[in-house]
Amino acid sequence: MSFSWARVGAIVRKELRDYRRNRFVVLTMSFLPLIFIVAPVIQLFTIKASITSARFDDRIGLSLLYMLILPAIIPSVLSAYSVVGEREQGTLEPVLTTPIHSEEFLVAKALAALLPTLAVAYVIFGIFLGAVAAFAHPAVDSAIFERNHLLVQLLFTPLVAGWSIWAGIAISTRMSDVRAAQQLAVLASLPPVAIVALMNFNVITPSLGLALGLAGALLLIDTMAWRFVAALFNRERLVTGTRS
Amino acid sequence: MTSELDGSQRRPSHDGARPDAALVVEHLTKRFGERVAYEDVSFEVGYGEVFGFLGPNGAGKTTTVRTLGTLLAPTSGSATIAGVPLSAENGAAIRARISIMPESPGLYLRLTVAENLECFAHLYELRDVRERIDRVLQAVNLTDRTNDLCGSLSKGLRQRVALARALLSDPEVLFLDEPTSGLDPVATRDVHDLLTALRERGVTIFLTTHRLEEAERLCHRVAILNTTLRLIGRPDELRAQLFSRNLEVRTRSQLDEPSRVFNGLACVEGWEQSPSGSYVLSVTDPDAAAPGVARALVGANADILSIAESHHSLEDVYLELVDEDVEARKR
Repeated sequence: MSFSWARVGAIVRKELRDYRRNRFVVLTMSFLPLIFIVAPVIQLFTIKASITSARFDDRIGLSLLYMLILPAIIPSVLSAYSVVGEREQGTLEPVLTTPIHSEEFLVAKALAALLPTLAVAYVIFGIFLGAVAAFAHPAVDSAIFERNHLLVQLLFTPLVAGWSIWAGIAISTRMSDVRAAQQLAVLASLPPVAIVALMNFNVITPSLGLALGLAGALLLIDTMAWRFVAALFNRERLVTGTRS
Repeated sequence: MTSELDGSQRRPSHDGARPDAALVVEHLTKRFGERVAYEDVSFEVGYGEVFGFLGPNGAGKTTTVRTLGTLLAPTSGSATIAGVPLSAENGAAIRARISIMPESPGLYLRLTVAENLECFAHLYELRDVRERIDRVLQAVNLTDRTNDLCGSLSKGLRQRVALARALLSDPEVLFLDEPTSGLDPVATRDVHDLLTALRERGVTIFLTTHRLEEAERLCHRVAILNTTLRLIGRPDELRAQLFSRNLEVRTRSQLDEPSRVFNGLACVEGWEQSPSGSYVLSVTDPDAAAPGVARALVGANADILSIAESHHSLEDVYLELVDEDVEARKR
């Protein structure tokens, strides 16, 4: 039996419906972005004319970093729940008794976490850019709308989310407790954010070549990760908690 | 129930040939490290048969179902499920032909009944999803709850949704793992009615249970598992295999000398008095022995209330075997 997008679609639709009706997910998706838009806007709007160039760059970097923490945090919480949560609910076994392949299940779980994350992250970034364009000081405006900064944000949002998702799912396949899985997944989502932070703070001099190189490396990790996670996905262990 | 579900589930085997049996299990063993879940289990289940799989808690029933459902790999032995040999490569092919209803319904509680079923219909890549959902909901008498959230349903109704989900794909073999576990008597009766209807339609059912009256009522054959397969056969065969046939004699008052009455009868192999005061006679053929016993009792001036064959239940068979195992372990 070959890879079936119909089965992937079934799980994705189910997940999205489930998120919509899950108060915890709705609250996380609503309030977390609010924090991540209010904090950077305050950072930028309180910049004084007398600020030094170095401090100015830090402020710009920090505010943009907030935009990238969002696609790291949101999917890590969702993906950490994806396997262990179903296991705790008792819904994993019925799904695994259908013809679904492990790879289909994992890709579906990843997409279900990625789609709302991208939607929320890009909408929030759009609102942030709108606020900057409308109300920020012209110097701030031109710094934020600098080509490299925009590229980093647009490119790294899905890549950082991809990393968080696979790390979260990998952790979820091996843990037996949802809360522990979510805490670990949030920690595991941070390394790529740290690299981007170094770029935003000009510790690593951001250049188009460097950004593309890092993006390529993350893309490679994201596309290879599902094979690694599929290898971790052991039906026997998930169903019985033991391995013969 | 008014379902159009097709019970004649025979389909060609994996290699195109028509298999004789829905399930063929040969010397199957599953160990988790040193712990033996079940060992050297062999049996066959025919198409259209309702096969009961009995055993105490921890006997290996659920593990057997999970193995046959390709969730667990056997340690040794072989099996053919709906014509497909059990192997890691055939996992998806086997799962496409069977359905498993686990002990816990495992429904998505924030989704409606229809949404739960729709998800699973797509996982089986079924066509005419709407039509199938309507059909299975009709089969389990749940058409009026189609748009209810599963979280709002009672335990019994959730069990019915799980059964509807298991029927969606018209499986060649339907595995039901303790389908009435934890249900109240009314919900249990409802599930029994559903299973009886499926049995009448010829659906092949592999039913694990420790409710013996359930197995006796629903199953054509039963197997008793206690890590190893202890017995297999029709409930009446198992009774005959384990117990001699008995006549139970009830008299108005105690006999003065029962041994003089019963010991002299050629057809009576032995007798004992039960705690209730009746006399239980071991005989080879109750019908042939009854007239002689009656004459002997009349000759002894006994006031006969009844002479009847006493029946052992499946529960007696089960308890006899489990007790034997407990005794064997003590030794």
